[in-house]
Amino acid sequence: MELTTLWFIVIAVLWIGYFALEGFDFGVGVLLPVLARDETERRVMINTIGPVWDGNEVWLLVAGGATFAAFPEWYATLFSGFYLPLLLILVALILRGLAFEYRHKRNEVEWRANWDRAIIYGSLVPAFLWGVAFANIVRGVPIDGDFEFTGTVLTLLNPHALLGGCVTLALFVTHGAFFIALKTLGDIRVRARQFGIRTGLAAAGLAVVFLLWTQAETGNIRSAVAFVAAAVLLLAGLVAARASREGWAFTGTFLAIGFAVAGLFLALFPDVMPSSTDPTYSLTTTNAAATAYTLKVMSWCALAFTPLVIGYQAWSYWVFRKRIGTQHIPTEVLVK
Amino acid sequence: MEVVDIARWQFGIITVYHFLFVPITIGLTALVATFETIWVVRKDPAYLRLTKFFGKLLLINFAIGVVTGIVQEFQFGMNWSDYSRFVGDVFGAPLAIEGLLAFFLESTFLGLWIFGWDKLSRPLHAACMWIVHVGTLFSSWFILAANSWMQHPVGHTYNPETGRAELTDFWAVMFNKVQLVAFPHVITAAYMTGGAFVLGVSAWLYLRRRGQAREDVEERALHRKGIRVGAAVTLIACVGVVITGDIQGKIMTEVQPMKMAAAEGLYETSDSCAPFSVFTIGTPDGREEKFAVTVPCLLSFLGTGTFDGTVEGINPLREKYAETYGNDPGATYYHPSDYVPVVPVTYWSFRFMMGLGMFGALGAALILFATRGDRNPRSRWWGRLALAVPVTVVLASSFGWIFTEMGRQPWVVYGLMTVENAVSPGVSVAEALTSVTVLTLLYAVLAVIEFGLLAKFIKKGPDPFVEPPDPSNSEASGDEPMTFAY
Repeated sequence: MELTTLWFIVIAVLWIGYFALEGFDFGVGVLLPVLARDETERRVMINTIGPVWDGNEVWLLVAGGATFAAFPEWYATLFSGFYLPLLLILVALILRGLAFEYRHKRNEVEWRANWDRAIIYGSLVPAFLWGVAFANIVRGVPIDGDFEFTGTVLTLLNPHALLGGCVTLALFVTHGAFFIALKTLGDIRVRARQFGIRTGLAAAGLAVVFLLWTQAETGNIRSAVAFVAAAVLLLAGLVAARASREGWAFTGTFLAIGFAVAGLFLALFPDVMPSSTDPTYSLTTTNAAATAYTLKVMSWCALAFTPLVIGYQAWSYWVFRKRIGTQHIPTEVLVK
Repeated sequence: MEVVDIARWQFGIITVYHFLFVPITIGLTALVATFETIWVVRKDPAYLRLTKFFGKLLLINFAIGVVTGIVQEFQFGMNWSDYSRFVGDVFGAPLAIEGLLAFFLESTFLGLWIFGWDKLSRPLHAACMWIVHVGTLFSSWFILAANSWMQHPVGHTYNPETGRAELTDFWAVMFNKVQLVAFPHVITAAYMTGGAFVLGVSAWLYLRRRGQAREDVEERALHRKGIRVGAAVTLIACVGVVITGDIQGKIMTEVQPMKMAAAEGLYETSDSCAPFSVFTIGTPDGREEKFAVTVPCLLSFLGTGTFDGTVEGINPLREKYAETYGNDPGATYYHPSDYVPVVPVTYWSFRFMMGLGMFGALGAALILFATRGDRNPRSRWWGRLALAVPVTVVLASSFGWIFTEMGRQPWVVYGLMTVENAVSPGVSVAEALTSVTVLTLLYAVLAVIEFGLLAKFIKKGPDPFVEPPDPSNSEASGDEPMTFAY
């Protein structure tokens, strides 16, 4: 296999990891006002993702860094082109990251309510915008012969992409609901499971339309297989949720997101950012790539360290494997 | 106003801001890990109290360092897309490896440390903070390797066909001679900052406790530990900063003579015995000096190691640079302009860096001396000095970066690409202005929040000692509240 293809796959895997992991903590954030009935339950929800959300977000940073190193042209065109949506995502991620750490530092109701808003919108905005961004990448955007994006923000807000945003939002909300169902005890666990089934059906409906649309525009056999697998796994997850099998339900949404993202990358290949202006201006795995030497160095690094990273990240999930209930939330006033 | 000006302001604002928190974080992770290790080994409750107290302050800092770091990585693509296209082959690799090696380590083990008090054995829990610290060191290594490459590009070749710089020797980039001295300089400065932070906070709390009641005496004893450890780290690290800074000066004279000349406001070449300028006023266009206070021969010594070494001046260097780079083969990425950085900014940031750093070290030594034994000096000025010490040391780092980045203007990659050619051609003024405005306002609000929280928790002081639960306790019902929860 060519190194450029290998790095296309690596970057696809990084995005799959990012969406399958941060997807559920986005979902938990969006569901904060929906599933929690009081302050203690809100804290239960936040604490399920407390130890892991930051590690999940690093998948994004590594995906960004790897794109910069392996496909500098892709990195440059994508981030300078999708400027304002990306800025919005960054602001959202800043506010939400701080919210987890700062929310419990004061007891004032107003203080906590403000940080709750930061968590909710800081999760909702990227959950939606990543879908918009990826739909646009796959369907193609106006790019000129110098690989410069020539559209505007409005170019990005087309119906296909907006639908993509709704799909990621609905999928992540479902994923988050099943995560809460898997990680909590008591009423909230049941509520989360039932809510997840409802949003899951909506997500399935939206996803089928979106993936069919994408498949019709740019798909191929391989992407079709991945999309079908994603749909089947999502439905399997919903069935498992109905049978109160939360572990399997979460596995279902986890894999469904993975296959859906894999399908998008398969539909994209060998382009990395197709041009809607002229196909000859498209960025591909070859014309956007770094040199073979750089890719080789990076491959050795990835080979040496990725197993280690996955190992200790998995270990941290194992350390925090226990379910959390309202009884686990310290009742004494933490902050005087 | 052009996009390049806005993009430069944005880079300056968000990078200086980000780096206010970074050295505190690097230094404090080491100190918190040290406190916790002492607690694990000696079982002295005082060190657990220090661990938890400074751990809390560390987390407030760490959070803001992490979230502002995200912008750092993406703004290369957003505002500097031509830079990214030109150097991605070389510059992207350290960034990607930084994420893989450092960010995963930091985030995962910090999560384990925060929430793991009742889940991990005590040595393992302490080890988590050490691992976080190692993560910060990895992170520093790779990002400084990337920056050092911009200061002194090695291990690459310019490919006229692709019109970009291409990596030819990864190890040359990793062990760039600029990097080999920049890394210890930045890390010792970070330890100095962490030490100054612990010293300043401890001394301030110590000075508040004047009474002779048992509780006051005990708290003073606790804070004296903080003062001693903080002062020792600050002063030892300061020696490291000075030594590495001195070597850096010599390498800079060699690879970036213009920066050294600008740092000194040295307009004409001095064949021997170049004077070190303490104070200079030049003409506004940076072409000649009007008035100066100098120490004879000191600059020759700083720049070359001998008192009669030659140090080149700004004016001859300007002509030399124009000759060298005026006919550069990489002409597409090169925009002939004046090769002189803004002399007053370079000159003064260099002096503020050294002056503020020295003030911090001196303050640390004075506080250590004034609080020796069980002395508790009365004057309010001691408390102010205690808080000024960490602030000045942090600012010294900021000025160090302002100096090193402003001093290499107009280059973004020294000798290869100017800043003007690095900016994104497709980004509009409106977009760039939106970005810088939103981020600056957001960061300002966050600064107020974070200083409010720091002040609140510093005033509150360390919590009383509580024995952490034993995770191997088999009698636990599983319904105990978590030791720590968000």
